[in-house]
Amino acid sequence: MKQETQNKPPVKLSVRNLNFFYGDHQALFNNDLDIYEKKVTAVIGPSGCGKSTHLRTYNRIFELYREQKATGVIQYNGQNLLDNSVDLLELRRRIGMIFQKPTPFPMSVFENVAYALRLHYKLSKSELAGRVEKALRQAAIWDEVKDKLHKPGTSLSGGQQQRLCIARAIAVEPDILLMDEPTSAIDPVGTLKVENLIEELKKDYTIVIVTHNMQQAARVSDYTAFFYKGYIVEFDETEVIFTRPQNKQTEDYITGRFG
Amino acid sequence: MKSSFKHKSSKAEALFVKLTTGCAIIIIALMAGFFLQLLWHSLPALKAFGVQFLFSAAWDPVRDLYGAAGAVYGTLVTTLIALCIAVPLSFIIALFLVELAPPWLATVMGHALDLLAAIPSIIYGMWGLFILIPIMQNYVQPFIGSTLHLKCLPFFSGEPSGSGYLTGGLILALMILPFICAVMRDVFKMVPRVVKEAAYGIGCTTTEVSFKITLRYGLQGMLGAVFLGLGRAVGETMALLYVIGNAPEVSKSLFAPGTTIAATLANNFAEADGLFKSSLFELGLILLIITFLIQVAAQLWLNRVREKSGGGL
Amino acid sequence: MKKRGLFLRKALNNATAACAFLATCAGVVFLFWILYTVISMGVTGLSWSFLIEPTKPYGIPDGGIANAVIGTFLITMGAVAIAVPTGMLGGIYLAEFSNKSRLGKTIRFSANVMMGMPSILVGLFVYTLIVIPTGKFSGFAGSIALAIIMFPVVLRTTEDMLSMVPNTLRESALALGIPRWKATLALLFREVRSGLVTGVLLAVARVSGETAPLLFTALWSDSWPAGYFTQPTANLTVTINEYATNSPYDEMHIRAWGAALLVTAAILVLNICCRTIFREKKS
Repeated sequence: MKQETQNKPPVKLSVRNLNFFYGDHQALFNNDLDIYEKKVTAVIGPSGCGKSTHLRTYNRIFELYREQKATGVIQYNGQNLLDNSVDLLELRRRIGMIFQKPTPFPMSVFENVAYALRLHYKLSKSELAGRVEKALRQAAIWDEVKDKLHKPGTSLSGGQQQRLCIARAIAVEPDILLMDEPTSAIDPVGTLKVENLIEELKKDYTIVIVTHNMQQAARVSDYTAFFYKGYIVEFDETEVIFTRPQNKQTEDYITGRFG
Repeated sequence: MKSSFKHKSSKAEALFVKLTTGCAIIIIALMAGFFLQLLWHSLPALKAFGVQFLFSAAWDPVRDLYGAAGAVYGTLVTTLIALCIAVPLSFIIALFLVELAPPWLATVMGHALDLLAAIPSIIYGMWGLFILIPIMQNYVQPFIGSTLHLKCLPFFSGEPSGSGYLTGGLILALMILPFICAVMRDVFKMVPRVVKEAAYGIGCTTTEVSFKITLRYGLQGMLGAVFLGLGRAVGETMALLYVIGNAPEVSKSLFAPGTTIAATLANNFAEADGLFKSSLFELGLILLIITFLIQVAAQLWLNRVREKSGGGL
Repeated sequence: MKKRGLFLRKALNNATAACAFLATCAGVVFLFWILYTVISMGVTGLSWSFLIEPTKPYGIPDGGIANAVIGTFLITMGAVAIAVPTGMLGGIYLAEFSNKSRLGKTIRFSANVMMGMPSILVGLFVYTLIVIPTGKFSGFAGSIALAIIMFPVVLRTTEDMLSMVPNTLRESALALGIPRWKATLALLFREVRSGLVTGVLLAVARVSGETAPLLFTALWSDSWPAGYFTQPTANLTVTINEYATNSPYDEMHIRAWGAALLVTAAILVLNICCRTIFREKKS
């Protein structure tokens, strides 16, 4: 399934034989995937194919729901993330997540970021303010919000809210950023800004992005995995997937024949 | 032919609309009637005591001197105690039932708490009289007073008698707990899934999500719950009647016997006449006004919340 | 950046979870404690004669409570007869005809206020309304008091239930040429029957345990409730009140607990039945 190419970047996260269940219903089948360090990996596929489900296993957020279960191996730093011994709080600091809808907390813009920071770090007041500013600058939103840091986070526009959430996620210095269709609920201008931001962020972070928008996958990602009905049909460099896919189903989807 | 048929049908229709409208309007008439009747019957007391009635703690049927201070004070104190206990307790119970407990346990315990709301208030009163008062008198009050050495504080001074404001407040707390808890559970369920996931996603514990996110998100709904509890607590009669001690006084000590508006009414109404009865009606009027204000505030508040959140709750 | 230890946060989380569990248990324990008290004290008072004989005059301890059971039944049924039809009709107005009119809003507001009305004030009101003009305490006055408590509940339940019916059903009925009133009574009511019955039964359960509104209206009596319209009428809750507080005799206390057991059992059974039926209907 994987095509060997020369001088691959180091693997940050390696998924092997991942299966996922909603109660009795199996949603993912034997997923194998390598996420490369400081690259953007896009996950594409028709809706209901399991892309989000797959992503939600990386930070084990699915465990909020009792009936959901995952089996297999997600190797990260020499540890299987699905292991019971893994510390969830630390895991989620290291693997941040951005959701489909912007999810500002019911607090001020400043507090949204500061709250995440204070959860994980001991910081003096000035340090905290500095870190918040740094995160907001990294998320390319500082200039837009510096005058309304103490307004509620929900008062920002959709695109700004999403970048605020990105700032909140990167403030705690994660390793990996998971983005679950981060632009599907915001307008085109906001989308463009978030996409540019992703381009910036991959210098420092490993990013996995689920998207239903193939142009977006082509624009922002280095690698692409095509999901279909819970299986990973094809995974390769984005350029390869979009220009000369090996698999008929991938080709059909890319060329818009279904999905 | 056609037009006469239409005419007949619209007549029945109009009658039906009138009938239903009439029945619905009864409720407005009732509400107005409460105010008018209680006002009318408290006129003698209003004339005799004026505004002074509100601030006087006198209660002397022999000299025909009456004041509302003792009863109003007792009503407020017991309600305050009840809210201070029931609101945080409801929050944490809702936290357990919604966020922590396995579904089967949450269902069983949730139903048990709902049943607590179904028990008649006189049963609470009897339980308080025969079970809680001895416990308060022999264990709780001596513990607070002597073992913890809090006797020196005015709130906990005096001999442990078992009855009084504290015991009354406890019973009230137990009574309003299920109502507040039901609203709190809705509040917990109202927080959007994505926001909760986002909070867990940055590495929050359940406690942190509940106290930082849910609490802020649901603050307005929770205030609604507080109003609900408040409304129930101020007018409660039978649960308090047996445990409050029935002394029309204003005491700083929470161990001291006191009274509430509702308890005063239940206790004295049968024997009262003349100015005494009129004073009781005026007490009733005060309770009516308090309740009305609480209900108005609660409804305005809930309407605002509903408009803001666009449905839910 | 200096990391914060996870230990404290986790410890706090676990402590909160433990507190939450204990608090919930405490709530449930109080329920069972109260129930246990009522049952253990009540069964000693229960006997065949207790159930079929009327109460005896004050001071004679070996009476029954049959008259109070019948009285409570009469008073509650009287309340149902008054409040259910009027409440339902009022609810129909709110759901079907009020639209968003000012009158509708005022009615809804009044109903909400009336639902929070302290029951003792209802007793006071009915006292001024019935007892003072007629000069007589009566079971009927008690029924009126309970009806005033039930009325807003039935009204709002009816409204809520009817507004849950999809508009398509209304439209298709009206499209057949069925007049609105017939459509409402015959079709919509059938659609929401189970919800309405549950709502009414819960309201009945609630008022049948009320004491305060009866204190100044039905009063109580030690004879059979023959003078429902003209005389004080025996009922369980006020009898409990008399026996529990105004009597020094342990015998009387036991009888009060016996009556308390009857009231509580009836109300809880009614509640549990309603909840199970309604839940089955929902699923």
